[in-house]
Amino acid sequence: MAVISNDGDGFRLGMLVYDTRYRSYTIQIFALILFMLAVAWLLDNAITNLALLGKTFSFGFLFETASYDINQRLIDYTSTDTHARAAIVGILNTLLVAFLGCITATIIGVIAGVLRLSNNWLIARLMTIYVEAFRNIPVLIWILITVAVINESLPAPSGFRGADPAASPFLGGMLVLTNRGFYIPAPIWGDMSMAVVAVFLLSIVAMFVFRRWARKRQEATGEILPVLRISLAIFFLPTLLAFFALGMPITLEYPELKGFNFQGGVFMRDSLIGLWLALSLYTGAFTAEIVRAGILSVSKGQSEAAFALGLRPNRTMNLVVLPQALRVIVPPLISQYLNLTKNSSLAIAVGYMDVTGTLGGITMNQTGKAMECILLLMTFYLIASLSISSVMNWYNERVKLRER
Amino acid sequence: MSTSHEPFVATGDIPASPPPSSAVGPIAWVRQNLFSSVSNTVMTLLGIYVIYSLLASVVPWLLLNSVWNASSLQDCRSIDNGACLAVIRERYLQFIYGFYPNEERWRPVVAFVLMLVALWPVLFAGAPRKLLFGSMLYPAVAYWLIWGGTIWGPIAVMAGPIVGIIVYRIVDQVLCRLMDEGIAGILAVSGAVLVTVAWWLFAVAEVDSALAAVLDIGLEPVASDKIGGFLLSLIIGVSGIAGSFPLGIALALGRRSNLIFIKAICTGFIEFIRGVPLITLLFVASVLLQYFLPPGTTFDLILRVVIMVTMFAAAYMAEVIRGGLAALPKGQYEAADALGLDYWKSMRLIILPQALKISIPGIVNTFIGLFKDTTLVIVIGMLDPVGILGPIRADQNWNGIVWELYGFIGIFFFIFCFGMSRYSLYLERKLQTGHR
Repeated sequence: MAVISNDGDGFRLGMLVYDTRYRSYTIQIFALILFMLAVAWLLDNAITNLALLGKTFSFGFLFETASYDINQRLIDYTSTDTHARAAIVGILNTLLVAFLGCITATIIGVIAGVLRLSNNWLIARLMTIYVEAFRNIPVLIWILITVAVINESLPAPSGFRGADPAASPFLGGMLVLTNRGFYIPAPIWGDMSMAVVAVFLLSIVAMFVFRRWARKRQEATGEILPVLRISLAIFFLPTLLAFFALGMPITLEYPELKGFNFQGGVFMRDSLIGLWLALSLYTGAFTAEIVRAGILSVSKGQSEAAFALGLRPNRTMNLVVLPQALRVIVPPLISQYLNLTKNSSLAIAVGYMDVTGTLGGITMNQTGKAMECILLLMTFYLIASLSISSVMNWYNERVKLRER
Repeated sequence: MSTSHEPFVATGDIPASPPPSSAVGPIAWVRQNLFSSVSNTVMTLLGIYVIYSLLASVVPWLLLNSVWNASSLQDCRSIDNGACLAVIRERYLQFIYGFYPNEERWRPVVAFVLMLVALWPVLFAGAPRKLLFGSMLYPAVAYWLIWGGTIWGPIAVMAGPIVGIIVYRIVDQVLCRLMDEGIAGILAVSGAVLVTVAWWLFAVAEVDSALAAVLDIGLEPVASDKIGGFLLSLIIGVSGIAGSFPLGIALALGRRSNLIFIKAICTGFIEFIRGVPLITLLFVASVLLQYFLPPGTTFDLILRVVIMVTMFAAAYMAEVIRGGLAALPKGQYEAADALGLDYWKSMRLIILPQALKISIPGIVNTFIGLFKDTTLVIVIGMLDPVGILGPIRADQNWNGIVWELYGFIGIFFFIFCFGMSRYSLYLERKLQTGHR
């Protein structure tokens, strides 16, 4: 006979250990106390140390004159500007190389991933070699190698001089590759050029409206429009018409050789190009594996079933295989973008002035405000990565399988 | 009506005729895999061209025209126009050891060989299990061999857990008579942890100097800034890998725990570390960590970097293992509970073995990433293989040399990382239980 003995509802000390209702509180309160003690200890040490060194914790230094130059910048900056502005220049440089890198890494990765699955034995092996070589050698070494390739194998600006130059620009003077960096044409915004830009933006909006309308119409009537061709037309035609109708207000300024160096156009330094290429190739190798895994994850039965339903191959790809493969591809792809953004901090090794080079490099060394600078630097990267991962969560939520 | 001749009846098997030469053999293989269609043929030709141009530039440079015997870059160029491998020949010891003193270089070698011995029972199932105890002692031995100093320091550090266990036994015995067993256990464990930490903080230095005064056994001490090259990469990489694995498991379990506060701490830690680049953490190690320690505390830069790298890799490891934990069917958790196993037993015996098996590829990828990330220590001025390039290029004899050095470092990392990824394939095959 089991006797349930209940000697009173009284709380005994032992219940803190044995009773699962209370044990979790015991553990958590214990952990909370330890955690707070640790934080208090660290902060106390920091305050004592700062006081001992005679330093204060303030961000006032951000508004002092930076007095250093930044050679690659997207916005105006001179050495008389403040540290805050230098930091913003650095942030924009980080975002620039991250943005360019994400685009090219995706293109390279998709091509390499698809080719790795190709029936062609030779091409598949070549792509395997590419992927393994880039995945197994540190990105820092690839960055140094690409910058060295630019510096060592491209002609110096002086090579373009003379009647019979050793090197010549590409694409009719539009692209000049020198060992100091690349020159591309710069757009010159004339009168009425804003009208063209406005038309361009409007046509993008119109394209999205049209696509939505076309999908609704298909769901209502079953009629399929040639969506791709019409959206391409909406994308290009109005802008081109406006461009020529307004008398070509946007012109290009070509880089020209003047004296010892090229003038005009947009100058992209060797460090930017090298960093961009290396990050793209490195992340592209990882992306290739993600794309390959995504394509392999869609079982063959899916495409066979689509063929059995009478869908054509490109429709099968668009409607059956790609949506399922993208579900597998996109989340790790976005975390690769995140990695690329963080890896762009290696710019410091080749002298590209990103935010780690300005705020975490020269500003920190000049002002000695290590704690504030690193705090700001970490905050910037945290905000960047949290926003990227919130995009990822939104996407995951949207494409999640609704299972019953 | 009758027929006069018998119908034909076969008396034996007619031997199968061989398939046409276009369906089997090398020719068919080439046709199917390389020239099956026009686009395929074009790609094959392109591929052959790429391979040809790669080989045409690398083979003469690296093999045919390379120079092994020269004393400077000018010498090299005057002998032949290929790779100047003489620099590797002259400086490879510096690449391996950094500025480690010449006459002491046997010590890292011994440490490396012992590491292989210590790794053997950990990595391969066929090894005798008793060797695992030796592996547990390895960190202290390696520290002593590489940094030198008296032998008593590492011994005193390793004695910490033993002191803790003794304290636990005694306190547990005494308290059990006085009060409830569970509470006694908790008090004994916390007492043991406190004593161990106190031992490390306060007693180790005294024990070390006291014993060293009695019996001075030791090696020539080597300062941390002398350690560099591949030796430094291996020290940071191996200790980071060894530390991040258990820490990662703990963080993953914490993040999936029902205890809200523990979960919040673990989640916050993981997301913070994963959100910032390793470079910023290395800056913390080099300039900021001293602010958060009691005034006057300094400890070794390599140790600080190892702590940061371990924390960095542990956060990534935790996410990989969390993926494995989430991939496990819920029935496994419920079955473990139904067997009456408590949390730690169910984790140790049922959940973690399966979850870790699922996450092997991710775990090894994290290890490879960590090992590659050891090159980043150059930004805080440590002389890892990339950092060694500086002193070599500063030498007038080798000023201006590029490809040979990058290639040498690249090949080193490739061998280690590729080896690790092959090992992960071996492990996956070995642990495959054939469910899928």
